Amino acid sequence: MEKAVEMIQIVKQFPGVLANDHVDLIVLKGEIHSVVGENGAGKTTLMNQLYGLLKPDSGEIRIFEQKVSFKGPRDAIAKGIGMVHQHFMLVNNLTVAENVVLGSETTRGIIFDLREAQKRVDQLSRSYGLQVDPTAKIEDLPVGMQQRVEIIKTLYRGAEILILDEPTAVLTPQETEELFSVLKRLKENGKTIIFISHKLNEVMEISDRITVMRQGKVTGVLNKNETDVREIARLMVGREVVFTVQKPPAKSSDVVLRVENLWVKDYRKLDMVKGISFEIRKGEIYGIAGVAGNGQSELVEALTGLRKPEKGRVILCGEDVTGKSVRELREKGMAHIPEDRHKYGLILQYPAYYNMILGRHYVQPFVKGDFLDHRKIQEFTKTIFSQFDVRPNNIKMLGMNFSGGNQQKLVVAREMSAQPKLLVVSQPTRGLDVGATEFIHKALIQLRDTGVAILLVSMELDEIMSLSDRLAVMYSGQIMGEVDPKEVTVEEIGLMMAGHRFEDLRRV
Amino acid sequence: MNNRLWAFLVPIISVIMALLISSVVILLIGQDPIVAYAALFKGAFGSKLAIASVIIKTTPLILTGLAVGFGFRAGLFNIGAEGQMVMGAMIATAFAINVAWMPAVLAIPLTMVVGMAAGAGYAAIAGVLKAKTGAHEVVTTIMLNWIAEYLSSYVVTVPMGVGFGTPKSPEIANSAKLPPLMTVQATELTSGIIVAVIAAVVIYIVLEKTTKGYELKGTGFNPYAAEYGGIKISQNIVLAMAISGALSGLAGTLEVMGVHHRFLGTLSGGKGFDGISIALIGQNNPIGIIFAALLMGSLRTGSNEMQFVGVPKHIILIVQAIIIFLVAADRIVRTILIRKKRVKAS
Ligand SMILES: Nc1ncnc2c1ncn2[C@@H]1O[C@H](COP(=O)(O)OP(=O)(O)O)[C@@H](O)[C@H]1O
Ligand SMILES: [Mg+2]
Repeated sequence: MEKAVEMIQIVKQFPGVLANDHVDLIVLKGEIHSVVGENGAGKTTLMNQLYGLLKPDSGEIRIFEQKVSFKGPRDAIAKGIGMVHQHFMLVNNLTVAENVVLGSETTRGIIFDLREAQKRVDQLSRSYGLQVDPTAKIEDLPVGMQQRVEIIKTLYRGAEILILDEPTAVLTPQETEELFSVLKRLKENGKTIIFISHKLNEVMEISDRITVMRQGKVTGVLNKNETDVREIARLMVGREVVFTVQKPPAKSSDVVLRVENLWVKDYRKLDMVKGISFEIRKGEIYGIAGVAGNGQSELVEALTGLRKPEKGRVILCGEDVTGKSVRELREKGMAHIPEDRHKYGLILQYPAYYNMILGRHYVQPFVKGDFLDHRKIQEFTKTIFSQFDVRPNNIKMLGMNFSGGNQQKLVVAREMSAQPKLLVVSQPTRGLDVGATEFIHKALIQLRDTGVAILLVSMELDEIMSLSDRLAVMYSGQIMGEVDPKEVTVEEIGLMMAGHRFEDLRRV
Repeated sequence: MNNRLWAFLVPIISVIMALLISSVVILLIGQDPIVAYAALFKGAFGSKLAIASVIIKTTPLILTGLAVGFGFRAGLFNIGAEGQMVMGAMIATAFAINVAWMPAVLAIPLTMVVGMAAGAGYAAIAGVLKAKTGAHEVVTTIMLNWIAEYLSSYVVTVPMGVGFGTPKSPEIANSAKLPPLMTVQATELTSGIIVAVIAAVVIYIVLEKTTKGYELKGTGFNPYAAEYGGIKISQNIVLAMAISGALSGLAGTLEVMGVHHRFLGTLSGGKGFDGISIALIGQNNPIGIIFAALLMGSLRTGSNEMQFVGVPKHIILIVQAIIIFLVAADRIVRTILIRKKRVKAS
């Protein structure tokens, strides 16, 4: 079969990191080829070289069996390569059609024929089932649609080889499914697709062949039909990975958190949590599942002091803490792993050891009077770093310079080391690779076993089903039912997520 | 290269480049840049009198630079240093006129405290407005500047005014005057500079060593994370504005206590706004701000001498503008430096 892409013995050195170490990548024409690897494995770097954004230090690139040397993306585009970046590069206040022609509207000088462009966009959108309205403004489109605009942009420029760098990281499961059917359509039309990911289920679903990378090197090239998730994970992480969480049953006794008829409004003053009641006991993980936007965020904010509830009571260890401030709640034993670690969890401009004390920056042992005790803070951070294996082991590095997985480890480590009675956890593994996910799951279970009560909110069904001791499903601000995850099917959970009450399901 | 070194190198290189670029302008108007810069240098450092004038000019600039820089660190853009300076000077004067009965050891610190409190209170208005209503401090502090401007013109002509000609207040009590460090000809070198430097050191310690500094900087970097960490955002906004205003107020107060010995209405002459440039050049670092203020002070002082050799003193405005441009666009400087290193390496 014809080879669309050959990257041969590619080497790329960054200061301090050998990002690509003699990498070989061969992609056949008309296949969907996945490149997988943990964060920092060098996938993006490799693709940037294929797209002309970076120049390899050494090695050779061939496109359709012809040797090339790109000076920039323009050369790559001319050879039929298109790339959809991890971060979209669209102009928000322009329309879809305007964005698509941006940068390639040279045929008729400055004033190009927008109507012609719209027609072409519409045509492309139809023929691949993309369903994008060419006249819509980018800012009005959901993320999944914006991604399709990026795809159309590459097709408009005549791409035969499409690179998608972690396209599913920003998508909901439904959007991911839709993306996959688009990709299959593109493949049927003879396009070649390079799909970057670290989510193994997706890779198994969509690829024909898979190249696995670890620490800048290729550790395996596999046929989808001849491999399984376990093998890929091993090649990716470099050791066996445990997928099912090992978890002894909870030894629940005293109630740590009791929520009674809680009502919470969001910033638009709409009721988002409508009369929720539940209890979490010592040494128990209480899961809350549901589709994003059904009041989970507002519930978490109300429980952690970031938002005042309208009605109802919150009782922590027997004490009414309704409407108390973050500081008061933290002092009473609440800790919080937020869903957005960049917005809430970290001060990215602060060094790691400053981030390590956020929330406890004014208490012993981190202060001497009104002054920070830098020596104690740094010692504490060093201990935590080795305990949680944060990398790189540099406590003075700024928060922004850690990888996503290690940033999350910083947050998790900080909140767990506060010795909480109640830990509120929201989306703890969003955007993390297998290794980091496994680590955080284990850490949560361990914490549970020391008697901490954990409220876990997650959109990942697998995660919440395997970690929770008891599980509630939220829909439209209410709890549709509280179940034992071992005694319920995924279908039942799915129906509850869609607004069916558990009693009604079991009655039929 | 690490960030600290950059923060240090960028302003220095910017100054050198600004002087080089401005020398082209001087050439274009048919003058000799070497002669012009020699005069500039002589004007700033050529005599005791020159050095004394530099220090007098530098003192309030350190404080307004600190005021703006401190605000920046806490995520606030205090454009109101001008107004806070005037309010500080005015109220400190009103106090200092009436303290003849006090010994200097009491009168001097108390006058400073009154001036700082006035500046702090005035700036806190903008802080409270932001904390309570979300009104942006840039808008409110500009409004407060105008209020201070007209209020002070009124106060210095009607209730406080004495004599004829330029509006002015009566002299403050001798016990509230700052003792001069030395007197050169008729110019008294004020000991205010010592107060300004101490203020810079104190601000440095607050920002880098204390829990409050941690909270203020944290709020400036990421208010969401700060709130998540139990830091009270609205309290910190008001506090940061108040501290910033106290520094501006002190700037105005020291001018009264050490230089004019009376309130002259809108005495500031743009020193509040200069604070913005100085904070920028000093990279919002208190110690950097001392040097940035010194740089501005010496450019201003030296420019008169430049005028004598036939180069318009406004050239220093060009120098100043280019420095600010280059510091703000520090990537340009970084790129040039990195190029140089590459050229050397190859
Ligand atoms: N521009 C750069 N400068 C320095 N190091 C970089 C740069 N881009 C990537 N790296 C480093 O190269 C390694 C590979 O990064 P990347 O290709 O982004 O990995 P992946 O996409 O697989 O997560 C990482 O260690 C990363 O920190
Ligand atoms: Mg990447």
